[in-house]
Amino acid sequence: MQWVNAIVQGVLIGGLYALFAAGLSLIFGVMRLVNIAHGDLIVLASYLALVVVTTLGLDPLTSLVIVVPAMAVIGYALQRLILNRTLGDDLLPPLLVTFGLSVIIQNGLLEWFTADSRKLTAGAIEVQAFQALPGVWIGLLPLLQFAVTIAIIGGLQLLFYRTAFGRAFRATSDDPSVAQLMGLDTRHVFALAMALSLAVVAVAGVFLAVRANFDPAIGPARLIYGFEAVIIGGLGSLWGTLAGGIILGVAQAIGAQIDPGWQVLAGHLVFIAILAVRPQGLFPKVQG
Amino acid sequence: MPDALLEADALDVFYGDFQALFGVSLTIAPGEVVAVIGANGAGKSTLLKTFAGQLHPRAGTLRFAGEAVGTLPAFAMVRRGVALVPEGRRLFPSLSVEENLLIGAQAGRPGPWSLQRVFDLFPILAERRRQPSMSLSGGQQQMVAIARALMSNPQLLLCDEISLGLAPIVVKEIYDRLPAITGEGLSLVIVEQDIVQALSAARRVYCLQEGRVALEGDAKSLTREAVSAAYFGV
Repeated sequence: MQWVNAIVQGVLIGGLYALFAAGLSLIFGVMRLVNIAHGDLIVLASYLALVVVTTLGLDPLTSLVIVVPAMAVIGYALQRLILNRTLGDDLLPPLLVTFGLSVIIQNGLLEWFTADSRKLTAGAIEVQAFQALPGVWIGLLPLLQFAVTIAIIGGLQLLFYRTAFGRAFRATSDDPSVAQLMGLDTRHVFALAMALSLAVVAVAGVFLAVRANFDPAIGPARLIYGFEAVIIGGLGSLWGTLAGGIILGVAQAIGAQIDPGWQVLAGHLVFIAILAVRPQGLFPKVQG
Repeated sequence: MPDALLEADALDVFYGDFQALFGVSLTIAPGEVVAVIGANGAGKSTLLKTFAGQLHPRAGTLRFAGEAVGTLPAFAMVRRGVALVPEGRRLFPSLSVEENLLIGAQAGRPGPWSLQRVFDLFPILAERRRQPSMSLSGGQQQMVAIARALMSNPQLLLCDEISLGLAPIVVKEIYDRLPAITGEGLSLVIVEQDIVQALSAARRVYCLQEGRVALEGDAKSLTREAVSAAYFGV
């Protein structure tokens, strides 16, 4: 039963990894931009939630009402003012600029909030759990996180394939110069994609802050988990990203079950194994 | 309504340091069909890209419907009514046929063209509407590209080498639809390497040679000798 429990918990944490990855996958898909600062933006959202919770006295989950739009606005401005200038035929400038952004965010947070670990408390829901099977307890909060992840990924999928908005994203992704001929201002489309990405980041940041301690330096590790989930799932497939996150979470949980020191390592090993056997990922996007 | 829908005066256009157009002047009247012919590298596509806002003249003026538009980006030009059917069709591969057409209407201009009207014009596209755009034959893809441009309800439609790489029978099929398109009162610019095709469809012709207008005139009145001299520069 211990093993079943480990797998169930792994699936639930995998949902959070998928949430880290979804925003990353989205902007790579629309504008071929690899955002090295993605993990730090997640942590930035956590701190933003901390500020909202402490100054307004809101519940962390309620703080999403402010944190999500705020991060979306930051995303729009970031893309419009900085990142759009780095896009072109060369993949290197956006990598360098987002790397610099990552350093700036980490050090800015360190100056502002010190290196102390913080955590948001969500109250009674944090400790509530029910017994799904004998010996297998499921926490209400992890379950809620998982459900929200599925809702977000399902929502993004609908947005991309069923709306005019998504059509504009896909057309711009295919061919930005022809998208302009269709009357699409690609700078605006890219900024909207980044706004959407950081709205998802905001949700991830708040859940991260409720789930565990955070400090200004933990961003890069979230970025790695996000990257791994995207690559395992296959670039450009949102459901693949969810599967990638779950595989990563389960691998870590099983590793931890064998030896607590192996938790993180087991995740990386599974990632490398999948990269070696199926470099295109498990569910790469099929054309058409 | 100004006399000319589009008026180019002494346009100089560059790719970086390379100058592609030298003082090109040209006018297009409302409802007129104009052909631009010329050899490879004469600057035909460059001219259309400049009209569509993909390139900007370094010198000279470009006016559309009386407004100076030389510095406007492509997305602003299509909103003003200039649509380009780009060379090589350039459909969006991850969009279906219907989605490619719908994205053409993104500019939000009112007018006669709708999904239903372009399906009436090219009935085969209605049958293939759910298919991935790249699964169509070359001729059908060209129909999608033209229909996609029409969906923006342009006043000026620019067609870049629409017969390129297509079988003669398919080219004829597409050219046979042009009267139905111009019947709605829009102006049309056809860029072609196939001179006979271009001269038969157009009322007036401009011939470019190494970035300059070498000849202009009425399609019917030009002699074969004059065209070949302007085309080859001999």
